[in-house]
Amino acid sequence: MSEAIKVPTMAEYMAQGKQPEVLFWVGCAGSFDDRAKKITKAFVRILNKTNVDFAVLGTEESCTGDPAKRAGNEFLFQMQAMTNIEVLNGYEVKKIVTACPHCFNTLKNEYPELGGNYDVMHHTQFLKSLMEEGRLKVEGGKFKGKRITFHDPCYLGRANGEYEAPRELLEKLEVELVEMKRCKTRGLCCGAGGAQMFKEPEKGDKDINIERTEEALETQPGIIAAGCPFCNTMLTDGVKGKNKENDVEVMDVAEMIANAEDL
Amino acid sequence: MNYIPNILFLTALFIAIGFFIQNVGKLRRNIALGKDVDVSGNKKERFNNMMMIAFGQSKMIKRPIAGFLHVIVYLGFIIINIEVLEIIIDGLFGTHRSFSIFGGFYDFLIASFEILAILVIISVILFWTRRNVQKIRRFLNPEMKGWPKNDANIILYIELVLMVLFLTMNAADYHLQQAEVASYTQAGSFPVSQFIAPFFDGMESSSVILIERIAWWLHILGILFFLNYLYYSKHLHILLAFPNTYFGKVTPKGKFPNNKTVTSEVKLMMDPNADPFAAPAPSEENQVPEKFGASDVTDLNWVQLLNAYTCTECGRCTSECPASQTGKKLSPRKIMMDTRDRLEDIGKNIDKNGSFVDDGKQLLDDYITREELWACTTCNACVEACPVSIDPLSIIMDMRQYLVMEQSAAPNELNISMTNIENNGAPWPYNQMDRLNWKNE
Repeated sequence: MSEAIKVPTMAEYMAQGKQPEVLFWVGCAGSFDDRAKKITKAFVRILNKTNVDFAVLGTEESCTGDPAKRAGNEFLFQMQAMTNIEVLNGYEVKKIVTACPHCFNTLKNEYPELGGNYDVMHHTQFLKSLMEEGRLKVEGGKFKGKRITFHDPCYLGRANGEYEAPRELLEKLEVELVEMKRCKTRGLCCGAGGAQMFKEPEKGDKDINIERTEEALETQPGIIAAGCPFCNTMLTDGVKGKNKENDVEVMDVAEMIANAEDL
Repeated sequence: MNYIPNILFLTALFIAIGFFIQNVGKLRRNIALGKDVDVSGNKKERFNNMMMIAFGQSKMIKRPIAGFLHVIVYLGFIIINIEVLEIIIDGLFGTHRSFSIFGGFYDFLIASFEILAILVIISVILFWTRRNVQKIRRFLNPEMKGWPKNDANIILYIELVLMVLFLTMNAADYHLQQAEVASYTQAGSFPVSQFIAPFFDGMESSSVILIERIAWWLHILGILFFLNYLYYSKHLHILLAFPNTYFGKVTPKGKFPNNKTVTSEVKLMMDPNADPFAAPAPSEENQVPEKFGASDVTDLNWVQLLNAYTCTECGRCTSECPASQTGKKLSPRKIMMDTRDRLEDIGKNIDKNGSFVDDGKQLLDDYITREELWACTTCNACVEACPVSIDPLSIIMDMRQYLVMEQSAAPNELNISMTNIENNGAPWPYNQMDRLNWKNE
């Protein structure tokens, strides 16, 4: 890490009478989960490097309400949503980027009816747009030729039809992308969605993350690439469960780009 | 002239169609037991979905073997219906192959019906083998035992018998045409049944006429029976797939509807000018507050109930479901089958009593268990897999909403994370004031 990261807040921007280009919605996992925090920082390093004018809400950010809604607590979800919308609208936010597909889906699809209308992007979509604008140069670096499989997050893929953005970034890294049998529209869930992350699974023959990890390992990857902090946790646990943590790494696409550039 | 066959035919047609219309009425009534839902917008997109997914079978072919066989049977169904029209006209007016006035085009029509008929026979046999001999996992789930398995086989047997009768009728007709028996005028070309016709060589013309008549009558009576079998069977999909794909979800799959009642309550809570001690408006005073979520089928909306009647129990949803694939009790197909079973029980209850009399049962617990509902990861694999735009996930979500909002019956770990969200804005017990600490770590 060459230098300290710069993470301005919306409050600081407001004090200076400025408006950032984009708000980075960090999300609960990105803020508190040790593994996900690394993804957050990797993404910030890319934003710093490419001089993206961004800000975060910091302590003014709160859970989008996604896990509450999927668990069936519509009341708590809407309380969270409307509180967040008040903050976001107070700052006149227009564009949001987030590294969490669950936050992405909720902000993009479920907030508009409640008064929150923003242009919401998943970080892989945002990075792709930076690349297309020529602001971000993605080159193979240390991942060139490496065997990598990509796990589609349900809330990015099936829920919102985005399968290509993360794959295009991986292609730019010149990796050898090998698809699992169940990928894209048929991608198997990691097991964390629908608030499962926060409870023990129901009784069955196998845990879902093990089933998915086994499928990923069948492709004999050096790295399992993900685009969601929860998928990352589930697959990391799965890889550990299979005693493969020394051979196979689970990495977010943003981390791979940051690492390729040695950021 | 002897009008008895015409009168018998008209009577059969009248009874069959009358009975069918009566059952369609029940079907409509049962579906209308669901709550209203706004499906007025996106007409063009909806129409396109119907044309692509139902008419064009675009999702069926995602699984190539079953998809290919299904397209054959589907085409057979659509195209052979033209023949049924001719049979009805012949039956009513005592004519022989009335559509032969189309000349060469008629030859083409009959030839294509015959080729489709033999292809349907082959497909149906393969379908039967898939269900009864091959060990295909999605046909072996617990919910497929008993009636669902028999229903699937009965449909295949009826289709097989109808096609065999059709070809027998044509073969006998062809034989009589060749023998220049009066009233069997030359009409049609018979690429398949001409190979069956030699079987009748050496038989008395009167016997062949008898065979032709029996096959003709059994064929049309079989079709009328099949029409009326639909209401009692999963085979309703041949009709309901069209409206169901039209009314299917047109928003992104990840978008779950926001409950409007909750919105107004939350807005009221957040309104600094709202009077917390205000008495309810007189008009609202005696109103029963709206129930959140669904514990029975009447709490679901009518599109969800239409979904249940449309389901043909193919199990593509269940075979894609991560919970089901890892041995959990949840099966999205069972959610749809249970919804239909419960709705039909309510329908029969209404038929018997005039209006619904409480039977001490509900969809939750008596049909669908909590264990099934809590196993869902909301991944949308079932919704994506369904070839006719059924949304089992929406029913699971509505029932979870009932459990949490009406019964406070979430699993304990979920209650803890929801309390965390409420108190400190994250599902884990971290202080909101620490949300930016990562910056300096």
